[in-house]
Amino acid sequence: MKLQISTRLAIFAVLELTAREGCQLSVADIGEKYGVSSHHLAKVMHVMGRAGLVRSVRGAGGGYQFAGNPRRTTLLDVALLFEELSSVEHDGGAANATPEDQALREVLNEIDDIACATLGSITIATMRKLVDRRGTSGGRRSKTDVPGRRNQSRL
Amino acid sequence: MATAAKARAAKTDSTVRVRRVQAADIPHVIGLDTRVTKLAKAEYWNDVFVRYGKRRLHERFFLVAESRVDKADPHVLGFIIGEIRAWEFGSTPCGWVFALSVEPEMRLHGIGSALFEAISREFKKAGVGKMRTMVARDAPLQLLFFRSEGMMAGPYIQLEKDLD
Repeated sequence: MKLQISTRLAIFAVLELTAREGCQLSVADIGEKYGVSSHHLAKVMHVMGRAGLVRSVRGAGGGYQFAGNPRRTTLLDVALLFEELSSVEHDGGAANATPEDQALREVLNEIDDIACATLGSITIATMRKLVDRRGTSGGRRSKTDVPGRRNQSRL
Repeated sequence: MATAAKARAAKTDSTVRVRRVQAADIPHVIGLDTRVTKLAKAEYWNDVFVRYGKRRLHERFFLVAESRVDKADPHVLGFIIGEIRAWEFGSTPCGWVFALSVEPEMRLHGIGSALFEAISREFKKAGVGKMRTMVARDAPLQLLFFRSEGMMAGPYIQLEKDLD
């Protein structure tokens, strides 16, 4: 399964902001770690801000803070801000759908259901545990190590 | 003491003890299950007690969490049941958890985790290195809990078919 780069960045940003209690980071801080432009990340943060997942702190030393509950916010909550992941009826649901369309729809809906259930079952707090278990929380990446490239197959 | 008051009395993990089920716990187990599922199944739980609380105890684990606060009247705050099964679906021996319930008012106080850790230890002591469970896709509470305990999707896919 592939996620949009914006979704992946949003998840990475939330993980950074929840690494420590009260953590506050600028888009530049996060963008540097993941090798992405502040401009792109700012758009992602703006979407999450509107959804109430992050709040911006103005002034010198300002940045973003996570505004949700890490034990209640799931990957699905974040992903749905950027993707259409809900188990929507595929085209096979149309009135003129062939039996082949309908059969394929059934299979695709099964895949969507599983994807949504998986993303909806993993909270940010659980993700932090997974990250910490892998010992990568302090790892820094090079500018060329864009999440959308190397990690595309991981999600 | 009323259930709610008892639940509030045991606010932290340190006030909870996990032990094997006893016959006197079964009415509490039935009561808890009825409160959670809205479906009384006394016969089922009595049968489960006979099978998992009395027999083959080296590979079957029916554990309850009780409050340490009210020693005169121990109260079941949650329970977990599992067993070691082997060679079904081509699997080497592994621990299966098939029931877990925590008093609704006591959730998010570490009781589920204490039960999960206790049965994990029992499985490990019994010599297996893997534990599994099955959760409905539309049961977010259970999914979130087991995920938070580090469980990931396993190598099996559950399939089913309507029988005409």
